Amino acid sequence: MSDAPISLMPVRPGVAWLSKGNWSLRVGIASFVLILLAAIFAPLITAYDPILIDLANALKAPSLAHPMGTDHLGRDVLTRVIYAARIDLQIGAIGVALPLIIGTILGLVAGYYGGWVDAVIGRIVDVIIAFPFLVLVIAIVAMLGPGLLNLYIALTIVSWVLYTRIIRAETIALKKREYVLAARNLGFGHLRIMFRHILPNAIPPALVFAMSDFALDVQVGATLSFFGMGAQPPAPEWGLMIAESRSMMLTAPWTVVGPGLAIVIVSLVVSLIGDGFADKVRRLDE
Amino acid sequence: MAEPLLRVEGISKSYAPRRGFFSAPAPNLRPALASASFELSKGEILGVVGESGSGKTTLARCVALLERADSGRIIFKGEDLTVLSEPQLRKRRRGIQTVFQDPYASLNPTIRIGDALGEVMLVHGLATRQTLRESVGALLRQVGLPVAAADAYPKAFSGGQRQRICIARALAAQPDILIADEPVSSLDVSVQAQVVNLILDLKDRLGLSVIFIGHDLQLIDFIAPRVLVMLAGEIVETIPADRSIADARHEYTRALIQAVPKLETVTG
Repeated sequence: MSDAPISLMPVRPGVAWLSKGNWSLRVGIASFVLILLAAIFAPLITAYDPILIDLANALKAPSLAHPMGTDHLGRDVLTRVIYAARIDLQIGAIGVALPLIIGTILGLVAGYYGGWVDAVIGRIVDVIIAFPFLVLVIAIVAMLGPGLLNLYIALTIVSWVLYTRIIRAETIALKKREYVLAARNLGFGHLRIMFRHILPNAIPPALVFAMSDFALDVQVGATLSFFGMGAQPPAPEWGLMIAESRSMMLTAPWTVVGPGLAIVIVSLVVSLIGDGFADKVRRLDE
Repeated sequence: MAEPLLRVEGISKSYAPRRGFFSAPAPNLRPALASASFELSKGEILGVVGESGSGKTTLARCVALLERADSGRIIFKGEDLTVLSEPQLRKRRRGIQTVFQDPYASLNPTIRIGDALGEVMLVHGLATRQTLRESVGALLRQVGLPVAAADAYPKAFSGGQRQRICIARALAAQPDILIADEPVSSLDVSVQAQVVNLILDLKDRLGLSVIFIGHDLQLIDFIAPRVLVMLAGEIVETIPADRSIADARHEYTRALIQAVPKLETVTG
């Protein structure tokens, strides 16, 4: 038996995909890390306290001492914008992580087992999807009472269904793949087949969606805080900052420009990561 | 005659279209597999030929218990597998392994070759963590691949190499029966011979029983002494070992033979 010449292409996942000229992914991840570091090391970046009131310096226009000016209570706006990233990124991260985990597991189970399990999960999904996203979040928070914890609960209840739909569809397609048949043929258990053989191949579209979901959750968090249902004063939070300053919007515009820009930039950065990641997934498929 | 390794008795399978909530029950359908029976003894290679849609793959999947036959019995090592529940079946599955048709869909793109092979042996307790690397290396050498292949992902391999890996994965379970479901149909002709020879070679060395499915009459005739001919879900003829396929009696088999293009007819 003659052996065909065998060439092996070593593949290092986690590094290889970064070196393929995928600029939106690279810029996105770099910017996100920068924002994350700024949030973590906020006390090192700025000397001001985000909460301490200093009425002598209220509503100062941007200057060298206060690059984004001060708000009506004399707090440095830049300082508050940076500290607010801690809360807003947390809203995005938790608001995505919990629904992603719950939705993925239920989607896998529904798609893999089918039958009545699928029917039950599918009907629950249909009911939740029937309500407009923001209306349902606001209704749940209004019911539970304002606060971040209740916001996380509301986001989780409302958005797991989207991940379930994505993962269920992928799972149904993948379970007919021959490598999944092979895994069954080899006598592997259901959990092993679901989590080791199907999940890694089903999750990419859900992760791409998670990125736009992250941006959406930050915006929802800011919106709810604006309505007084999310973060509570005096905590620095972008939506809350805009809400507090909206009466000064015309006389001291810098008080709303800072947090507004922050929301736009974070949404943009996360969308970049999502786009880049989607691009990467498409290339893997080819 | 002693009890054969595998005895398949009248298995049938039909795929009913999913009935809607309001629609009437499905009418009688032509079954994908109608009352197929055959035996397979240890170390034997059994060929199965038929055109597309003749039920070859359904037969393979039913025998491997990847699909439950509607009726009939599959007696493997004296035990009827069709009556077992899924958990009972799981431990016995490794005895009957399948090499699938499409090598590009048969390997999980997210799992390294070494891990894919090692997983099989660990799950069935055929190797320990200490000896795993060695066992994986031995499997790869057995199918003519370098040991270094263990560290690569499936996308680094060509179709022929992938089919070797699939064979290695099946062998990792130390099966008694290997079902090769058109294992070379999607490969280049030059690579086909290598993979076929590998399967024949392994059959001899490991004493495997092989069910080799294909649509290439000449290839099947070359490798398998006994051949089943399938048409529309039925086994229409069994050509025994002592007869050549050229003496086939059933008119469909004769039609199949006549359909094979021959070089002489072109060159005169």
